[in-house]
Amino acid sequence: MTSITVDPVACAAYGYCAELLPELVTLDEWGYPVVDGAPVAPTLVALARRAAIACPRRAFLVDESPDQAGRGRARSPAGR
Amino acid sequence: MPPSPATLTADPVTTALAPGHDRPGAGATLLGAHHAGYGADLAGHLAYHGQLPLPRAGDTGWPERLAECVEASGLTGRGGAGFPSSTKLRSVGVAGGTLVVNAMEGEPASTKDKALLSCAPHLVLDGAQLTASAMSAARIVVCVADDDHHSARMISYAMAERSGTAASPVATTVARPPAAYVAGEESALVSWLDGGPGVPTFRPVKGMPLSARRRRALVHNAETLAHVALIARHGPGTFRSTGSADAPGTTLVTITGGVARPGVYEIPLGARLEHVIARARPTDAVQAVLTGGFGGSWLPAAALGTPYAPKPMAAAGGVLGAGVLVVLPRNACGITETARVAHYMAGQSAGQCGPCVFGLPALARDLSDVADGTADGTTLRRLDERLTAVSGRGACRHPDGVARMVHSALTVFAGDVATHVRGTPCAHRARPSMLPPQTACRRGPA
Repeated sequence: MTSITVDPVACAAYGYCAELLPELVTLDEWGYPVVDGAPVAPTLVALARRAAIACPRRAFLVDESPDQAGRGRARSPAGR
Repeated sequence: MPPSPATLTADPVTTALAPGHDRPGAGATLLGAHHAGYGADLAGHLAYHGQLPLPRAGDTGWPERLAECVEASGLTGRGGAGFPSSTKLRSVGVAGGTLVVNAMEGEPASTKDKALLSCAPHLVLDGAQLTASAMSAARIVVCVADDDHHSARMISYAMAERSGTAASPVATTVARPPAAYVAGEESALVSWLDGGPGVPTFRPVKGMPLSARRRRALVHNAETLAHVALIARHGPGTFRSTGSADAPGTTLVTITGGVARPGVYEIPLGARLEHVIARARPTDAVQAVLTGGFGGSWLPAAALGTPYAPKPMAAAGGVLGAGVLVVLPRNACGITETARVAHYMAGQSAGQCGPCVFGLPALARDLSDVADGTADGTTLRRLDERLTAVSGRGACRHPDGVARMVHSALTVFAGDVATHVRGTPCAHRARPSMLPPQTACRRGPA
């Protein structure tokens, strides 16, 4: 199961994630991304990875834990 | 010169049990020794409570026996999360690590950590020693905010009294993290102990273990540890002899606001809210009560019959949180008071997460507009959206608490909101705040 998380401390509202992945990311009125934590559809996983790499703050995390319970370590593909 | 325990009796701390809850065997309470006139020093502590049952060397079954004893008591964490204490006692991997005692008192309206460290510092240390021994922790660090000199003196004196004795097998130190609302959050505390800035850290997985000096660190609330000390000495049966079946034992509450005798009270869990606040003698008819603290929830006067225990309080829309009860009398404006709290809480953000940095001041301004009679239906809709926008979007639960508190105010004071939105400003907005002085409160780290 793949899911996405935003590290709210690292995030500085660049907004690249919402630009690259509008299917899963919206921005709040202050420009910070809102994600719902639901599983990412298989067709969007590659785009989610691209958004994670594009984030200048490495705040957009793609968790590709094989664990069904989603308890694995979140990580960004850029290997932060 | 150590602070004299005799001066402590002037504190507005009263006896433990509300009328109708006094049962035989209910004597072993947190503040029982204090009320019976015993000193807070080691001699007074031992005279009242007896020796601490620490494990003999090589007794490998002892940690599990302690955990079973605590499990049988039904003790839950008194820091706000209400986690079963026995589960935390059985946490593995803390060996060689740090047991952190949280006595930071981040809630401006709360003084329960101060009361506990003043009246029963040895109970807190007993609980810390028992817990640290059970987990084979290498050290205990008692965290007291850097502006709370009295508590730090009391706990340091108590530590000096027992250093080198059998009652102090695990090395104990006092740390003084910066006084700030969020500094007492567990990841902020551990970050500070590890040489960090003392602000909450982002944990992608909820409840991810914390570490300091590359070893596990486990944070316990000071009151919880004091209960562990009582349970280890007097048994789970004594603990369960007060409180309700669902929520056994006593707890410390700080009652403030429109009351004649503000202070810390030890009450049995499950006592009706009206009986609890009656201890502090409300000065006027009660309009509402802010439960839990500044990140808590308002309850209307109609809910005063609710038993003060986690489940019934949650069902009524309230929270136990940090054990704070702020009484709002009938001639005060709940919206104005809530706006003041929201402005204060916005200033207490650690300044790390955007939705908290921008969302909390926006919420506070919207509420002020409502109280001033300058808001309209659009403001209310925006306020509603903003409450959703800040919830769950921070590294810690600071924004969630503020959103919950503001949301409860809009519900409980819905009548006032409707009046103000029609253009009538709050008639009480110029009167001094019923809540603890926020201007005198501690500044945030950012």
